[in-house]
Amino acid sequence: MSLSSTLARRAAGKTAAPRRQLRGNARYAPTLATLGLFLAMFAVGAGMYPSFLSGQVFLNLFIDNTFLIVLAVGMTFVILTGGIDLSVGAVVALSMMVAATLLQQGWNPAAVIILVLLIGSTLGLAMGLIIHYFDIQPFIVTLAGMFLARGLCYVISLDSIPVTEGFFTGMAQAQIPLPGELFISPGVVLALAIVAAAFFVLHHTRFGRTVYAIGGNENSAMLMGLPVRTTKVLVYVLSGLCSAIAGILFSFYSLSGYSLAAQGMELDAIAAVVIGGTLLTGGTGYVLGSVVGVLVLGIVQTFIAYDGTLSSWWTKIVIGALLLAFILLQRLFTRKTG
Amino acid sequence: MNVPILQMRGITKTFPGVKALQDVTLDVNRGEVHAICGENGAGKSTLMKVLSGVYAHNTFDGEILFENEPCAFTSINDSEKRGIVIIHQELALSPYLSIAENIFLGNEIAPRGWVDWRKTNLEAAKLLARVGLDENPVTPIQHISVGKQQLVEIAKALSKEVKLLILDEPTAALNDEDSNHLLDLILHLKGQGVTSIIISHKLNEIRKVADAVTIIRDGKSIETLRLGGGEGGQGQITQERIIRGMVGRDLDSLYPDRTPRIGEEVLRIEDWTVQHPQDHSRIVVHNASLHVRKGEVVGLAGLMGAGRTELAMSVFGRSYGKAVSGKVFKYGKEIDTSTVPGAIAHGIAYATEDRKHYGLNLIEDIKRNISMAALPKLAKRGWVDKNRETTVANGYRRSMNIKAPAVSAITGKLSGGNQQKVVLSKWMFSDPDVLILDEPTRGIDVGAKYEIYTIIAGLAAEGKAVIVISSELPELLGICDRIYTLSAGHVTGEVPISEASQETLMHYMTQEKE
Repeated sequence: MSLSSTLARRAAGKTAAPRRQLRGNARYAPTLATLGLFLAMFAVGAGMYPSFLSGQVFLNLFIDNTFLIVLAVGMTFVILTGGIDLSVGAVVALSMMVAATLLQQGWNPAAVIILVLLIGSTLGLAMGLIIHYFDIQPFIVTLAGMFLARGLCYVISLDSIPVTEGFFTGMAQAQIPLPGELFISPGVVLALAIVAAAFFVLHHTRFGRTVYAIGGNENSAMLMGLPVRTTKVLVYVLSGLCSAIAGILFSFYSLSGYSLAAQGMELDAIAAVVIGGTLLTGGTGYVLGSVVGVLVLGIVQTFIAYDGTLSSWWTKIVIGALLLAFILLQRLFTRKTG
Repeated sequence: MNVPILQMRGITKTFPGVKALQDVTLDVNRGEVHAICGENGAGKSTLMKVLSGVYAHNTFDGEILFENEPCAFTSINDSEKRGIVIIHQELALSPYLSIAENIFLGNEIAPRGWVDWRKTNLEAAKLLARVGLDENPVTPIQHISVGKQQLVEIAKALSKEVKLLILDEPTAALNDEDSNHLLDLILHLKGQGVTSIIISHKLNEIRKVADAVTIIRDGKSIETLRLGGGEGGQGQITQERIIRGMVGRDLDSLYPDRTPRIGEEVLRIEDWTVQHPQDHSRIVVHNASLHVRKGEVVGLAGLMGAGRTELAMSVFGRSYGKAVSGKVFKYGKEIDTSTVPGAIAHGIAYATEDRKHYGLNLIEDIKRNISMAALPKLAKRGWVDKNRETTVANGYRRSMNIKAPAVSAITGKLSGGNQQKVVLSKWMFSDPDVLILDEPTRGIDVGAKYEIYTIIAGLAAEGKAVIVISSELPELLGICDRIYTLSAGHVTGEVPISEASQETLMHYMTQEKE
């Protein structure tokens, strides 16, 4: 189910007061603005470079960013509760290192993947419990987690470890054909499945409701008898799990493990979530918005690749500008609600 | 004697939709301790904010003469320059800075821009001696008790050459010993020529220190009483007289008719004692016992700091306080309400007095706010049935008359009355046997108030047991079957409605238990 069809359904259900209704949906505004921006950028790209309009360029946005999509999903949960997880990039690198090392030693790929997912979730659980029991800001705890995970990478190896194992190389090369000579990678299917699962969990389960309620007003959530503490721990477990999955996906993509990989990727994930319309203080936002946020980051990169004359560092500058613009948009939006 | 130091004439202050002060007059003589009395929300604090420049001179009507000169303050700085210093109820000290640093904050002893720490600490020590506080000036503020912090505030005021000291409910957060010390200090300063205005509703304190009392009710100054009925006063300072002045409001608001059908006892609280969460020397609720029956509306009356909310919240899943002790019985059987989910499971609901911070998720829509406390009812194996949620919410929107375009409207955009209806809907949906409603009509306009009263009457008629906490005595008299009064954490009275009047309630509410 896409965001627009959800919107259509909502609008169809309430035709009684269409004008007021539009205002009531102001919280979709940042997400819709991102979607609009994405479409506009795509249109401009198509105008400048005819080959831009091909479906494969669009699909490549997904193929090249599967790991970032998964990271953004986990990060959305965390930010919706009003928290932050700075460890995700380092956990991605750690997952890649662990996977590459164990595969080199001849481990079964299934066992490797399970172990990596366990490590990621356990790190998330540990950080969540510390945040909960000692009542420390998530920023500090996950910053420590980031140093820990990154440090472990260096302990494992300073060199890049190639992955030559059959299943992983198979996944790296596999293409799932789509009609019209288009294709996607298996990673895209997995990432989109995770997005769909996250969407349903956030919007259709008690757990999801509690996530929003905590970010909206933690005091009131507490006084409603909601499982505030469990939920706050669980979002970090989810984020850790997503980081591990992202690490596996990144391994499929890069076929190596390197301790310096995924530097600053936590910031890309946060940027994608915020650009996608999730309020940094929590309480409102959509996981689908975060996906669009990732696509916006991706299309900026594509633009610069197409242009050819610009240094790739322009990506960072454009992302910075976008981030600022969206924060300003959110400020405007929350001022109205407040 | 009797030289006026402050004259406030015809003060009228309007907030959007509300006249907070209307033609208020206040005369304070030099060297006296002048008390200002009034119910919660009568306008006492607003008047002091007008005086101290928190509200700039062009935002209200009227005239202020200080030492016979007209004042046009635009900020606290202006009033402090003239020697008027206000100490707010919530202390304005910086917790990590030292006592000395706090005393001279914004007023540093810094010749040529360089702070002279030796002199700062020396001067601070002198000021501390004047207020009778034996602490090292370099001690961080957070390491001393609230009572001592209050004294530091006064020391700070003295450092500014204070002529008129305003204390807003200075003893509200203090234990008895600290309160007495503070009152003695006020008398001591009076001997040194400092005039004080003290806002308080503790009548025994007023009797102890005040030379004059001005009573404010519903934003109007009612009368000024002076010791010995002296010059310019309209009468003696007696407890009865003050109470009469504070409550003399007409009972003309409308309340729905109801014939109570009271059944068996539903909830009983016994020997409930609660400690302040930070300050362990303060007992906020002392051995309180009360009960409520099926179909009954029971009121909890008390002035600010009486411990009503603290009592309710500590019963509701220990949401407040430390070292809570006592027993809760439901239908005669003892129950465990030590967690919020536990209390909800036992059929208790608590609708907070602070909707915005504790009651609602303001950035979320109506239907989700309504469903949140009883989500298990709408969910199967963790999966929320959204269609039923919308149906349920729409049901409440109609039955409670929540004025909103749709149940997907954001609660933050609703009026206070409609927000309150959402809160009530939320708890009604959890289908409790006992509802504790804390200030259910605070910040709500008159029309919506009547609707809330009707809802409360309806709940009682359904057989719910309802406890209403309210600062408005006419409201309690209008809707309750029985009223408990609290004062300083003690239950001081239990009055059936047939015997209750504003005077009797206020009498119990201002009673001090030894």
